[in-house]
Amino acid sequence: MIFGWGVFKGMMVTLKNFLTSYYRKPNEGGIFTVQYPEEREKEIENFRNFPFLVYDGTPEKVRCVACGICERECPPKCIHIEMALDAAGKPTRKPAVFDIDYGLCMNCGMCEDVCPFDSIFMDHAFEVTTAERLVGLVRHKEELSKSNEYFRTVRPTLASVIDQKRKAAEEKKKAAAVPPPQAQEPK
Amino acid sequence: MQNLLSFFDAIFVTAKAWILSLLGYFLPDWILVLASITISGVVILCLGPVIMMYLTLLERKLLGRIQNRYGPNRVGKWGLLQPIADGIKMFTKEDIVPANADKLVHLLAPIAIVVPALMIFIVVPFGRRMTAVDLNIGLLFFIAVSSITILPIFMGSWASRNKYSLLGGMRTAAQMISYEIPMTLAVVPAIMMSESLSTNAIVLSQGGPAGLHWFIFTPWGIIGFIVFFLCATAECNRPPFDLPEAESELVAGFHTEYSGMKFALFYMAEYMNAFTLCAIGATLFLGGWQGPFLPSWVWFTGKTFFLICVMIWFRGTFPRFRVDHLMGFAWKFLLPLTLINILLTALWQFTSNIAAWIVSIFILGVSLWTLVKLNRTFVPEKRQYLLAD
Repeated sequence: MIFGWGVFKGMMVTLKNFLTSYYRKPNEGGIFTVQYPEEREKEIENFRNFPFLVYDGTPEKVRCVACGICERECPPKCIHIEMALDAAGKPTRKPAVFDIDYGLCMNCGMCEDVCPFDSIFMDHAFEVTTAERLVGLVRHKEELSKSNEYFRTVRPTLASVIDQKRKAAEEKKKAAAVPPPQAQEPK
Repeated sequence: MQNLLSFFDAIFVTAKAWILSLLGYFLPDWILVLASITISGVVILCLGPVIMMYLTLLERKLLGRIQNRYGPNRVGKWGLLQPIADGIKMFTKEDIVPANADKLVHLLAPIAIVVPALMIFIVVPFGRRMTAVDLNIGLLFFIAVSSITILPIFMGSWASRNKYSLLGGMRTAAQMISYEIPMTLAVVPAIMMSESLSTNAIVLSQGGPAGLHWFIFTPWGIIGFIVFFLCATAECNRPPFDLPEAESELVAGFHTEYSGMKFALFYMAEYMNAFTLCAIGATLFLGGWQGPFLPSWVWFTGKTFFLICVMIWFRGTFPRFRVDHLMGFAWKFLLPLTLINILLTALWQFTSNIAAWIVSIFILGVSLWTLVKLNRTFVPEKRQYLLAD
């Protein structure tokens, strides 16, 4: 080959890249930068970020029963739960305090896996920056609670599975609530 | 049409004359001489940094496109205010001097490096009658002043008391001194043909009927231009000859220990050198401001920026040279080639017809072939291990 042919060929490659960057589509070798705040990539359903709490209907009816399993299982110990007490001082199976420190959370999804009440799930929201670490990143129950409808829009496949499971369980419970006659103890 | 063209051609010259005549109403003659010098000086002093600022933007944009990115596009339209944001950042950064550094020399180096970079501007012919100082030894001045650049770089690297800096400085000294020789010799054919060292006279001798009698359209011109351009790229430490500041090996080479505005001054000198070297390259071989239809300064700027874009294109394409390859390329390839080129120019001066073309191409082909063969890398024969298999 001619001396310097490789140099010329290399320069032609970069020239081609330079010129095609002006008109080619991203998937054909053009610029594939997504200019983030203005443009966004489509969210992937299985994307999992920080956890949130699901409620049915109104925010008071959180599924969480403050059992504290997620609190115990959480590897970085970022969850803090206190059970609510009623007037007589008895526990009510509702959380009075449910805090997650997003600054500590490592998005592992362990809480979602261990929750037996289908109440804590991983969210898609990733823009959680705040000016103050200790104030903004510790999320309380009010900010963490999100409706089941939101859950359905964010992760439809999982939400429908969970909904079916809960419905089935409820029907079973209802069937169990009407006791068969022979089980009734005469007293 | 012709009037309009000559108006735009001389627009800067006319503007300066107008300002001077305005000043002439209330100032004595001897101040007018000073004012004339001041105007040219101020224009050059403003032009240098502004060109440098926008060259960084141009470079980042072009490199971005080469790598399928946008490059800076957030500050202002198309990122046009990016250089200003960079400037503010540089001014507000902390100036750190190493504890064991030679403080005075460390301070002086970035100041001293800008001086030669700005001084070369005064012999650059920006357009018809637009050379700041039409020195009759302009080219000699350029070669002399541009070689001063080594000294501040070495000062900075030595004064930093850092081994990476020192290695960078040593490499700079070796590289720049080596590449100065083929660069100077590559310029000689242009001097021989125009019979002058004045940059303006060299441009004038490339005029011809349509302003297209450029030296690059001759066999010796194209070889001279290529050698000059490669040496210019090496002179201003730009990739693929960026060994003095090789990031992957030497952190940042000679400016490892510089921060804030001192670093910016090194950076500024580098880009202004790139500009002036491209400008001189355009002057010597691409006909300077000569060209048909357009005003002279448009031709000059266009040619210079074309060469700068090629430099950026080089940066986007080539990996860095190895040190021994770098030195070998200068001493064993470019230097003999320029010597042959000078001989060729001498022959061309006697006969410049079709026969001269054929003879030149023949001589060049033979010498290139010989040089390539002589520079062939030694590749040992592959050994056969009979019992290995």
